[in-house]
Amino acid sequence: MLTVQEIMETIKMVQEEHLDIRTITMGISLRDCADADPRAACDKIYEKITRLAGNLVPVGESIAREYGLPIVNKRISVTPISIVAECSRADHYMLFAETMDRAAAEVGVNFIGGFSALVHKGTTGGDSKLLATIPAALAGTERVCASVNVATTKAGINMDAVALMGRVIKDTAGRTADRDGLGCAKLVVFANVPEDNPFMAGAFHGVGEPEVVINVGISGPGVVKRAVERLNGADFGALAETIKKTAFKITRMGELVGRAAAERLGMPFGIVDISLAPTPAVGDSVAEILEAMGLERCGTHGTTAALALLNDAVKKGGAMASSYVGGLSGAFIPVSEDAGMIRAVEENALHLDKLEAMTCVCSVGLDMIAVPGDTSAETISAIIADEMAIGVINQKTTAVRIIPAPGKKVGDYVEFGGLLGRAPVMRVHPFSSNVFIARGGRIPAPIHSLSN
Amino acid sequence: MKYLNLDQNPGNRVIVSVIGPDRVGIIAGVTSIMAENNVNILDISQTIMQEFLVMVLIGDMGKSTIDLLELKDRLNAKGTELGIRIDAQHEDAFKFMHRL
Repeated sequence: MLTVQEIMETIKMVQEEHLDIRTITMGISLRDCADADPRAACDKIYEKITRLAGNLVPVGESIAREYGLPIVNKRISVTPISIVAECSRADHYMLFAETMDRAAAEVGVNFIGGFSALVHKGTTGGDSKLLATIPAALAGTERVCASVNVATTKAGINMDAVALMGRVIKDTAGRTADRDGLGCAKLVVFANVPEDNPFMAGAFHGVGEPEVVINVGISGPGVVKRAVERLNGADFGALAETIKKTAFKITRMGELVGRAAAERLGMPFGIVDISLAPTPAVGDSVAEILEAMGLERCGTHGTTAALALLNDAVKKGGAMASSYVGGLSGAFIPVSEDAGMIRAVEENALHLDKLEAMTCVCSVGLDMIAVPGDTSAETISAIIADEMAIGVINQKTTAVRIIPAPGKKVGDYVEFGGLLGRAPVMRVHPFSSNVFIARGGRIPAPIHSLSN
Repeated sequence: MKYLNLDQNPGNRVIVSVIGPDRVGIIAGVTSIMAENNVNILDISQTIMQEFLVMVLIGDMGKSTIDLLELKDRLNAKGTELGIRIDAQHEDAFKFMHRL
């Protein structure tokens, strides 16, 4: 039994409030593709991806039409290539990146994640080759996304890797200078990375995952914003309750789509990632939810508290709606992909330091931040180190996706277009962190890692 | 509040929604497409929301001669012709969100 009002509510969420499924991501294990001959390994990788994911896009499209619910992206994540390529005799892994790119193009997905390495405690030979290949791989391919986990609560922070990633990011920006440093938008540095995240650019298929799996990422900041707007003057209890109920409804759609996709593709259903993922479209913004709660601009005093309430209520509602919640699961606060965030930066309401504070209470981290092109590798490493420390100490995922935009200064813009959006270049602190970053080594795991 | 009847043939039903300014021939247009393709109408409800006609039909696809996507295309086309929005969606899109 349903009422017309309930049916209209669902239709309105899609039509007016940008409710959509952000991504169906197929995770594929490539562990059986390893081969001493890199070309043989890449042939196996191409064959496996195109065989398993051949129907992903058409199945996603038919589900979207049957349920009347847009599915924005169909994507693929694979086993970290540092593991798959490690036993091959290759000196660098460019061939692997090109193979991923070709396979993604063949099956029609816009991004493929997993050009990745897990180096939180140290690097192996394969990890080092992968890290060295990242700039060329991101400059030379269109669809490949890279991620590197440099810290965990259990292992601490690999500061050698943090220092290296500062240089990798600078190199990547330089090689894609003609596109405002676009390569860096496809590269995420993580602490406590989840192994089942369906969202790009940080998605990869973890080593504890099955042969193949379907994960779903939901969206829906616009729906939450409208629900909050209708609660003018209500107290925080009522606010949290409404966000919870709204998150529940949004997540149910993710659960429905995930189960349907898994069944039709004949694969197990993994998780729903209950993140609120904004898009550059007006009205589809996490910043605008915070402003609807009563903040004049996102970034002003009170923003961290508002985000904490939002993030927690989304998790509580989402957790009840899905049998398996996973991935990042929280609110995303990317700057370039969120119209409200962009405005807050433009109006000088939101700075890097406040964004860092916000990452203590939300799901990811400093995401899609453009900084001046002359920002040093050491400063970028120091920004990463701060963010990793927040993740490690708070036992949560944090990440950095930062673009030192070549030739750009504070107040300029980088333009990526599409879902990646545009970002105003933000100010970084002018004082040096060079001596700190040059120390090298590993910051030990915190005392609360000793939980056994 | 009126509840739409969803007791018969669960799992194989389509929710057809019609939204737009009221005019002659809307119900005839929608129901004729459903009848032509042997989609049995289990329930109809209509109301006026913010000056717009809102009509919801529950169709049983059990003996339908076309699949949901084909029905959707034909209804979409009829909607364009009548200057209103007509859509068909699988019932689960609504049941999953509003019912446990």
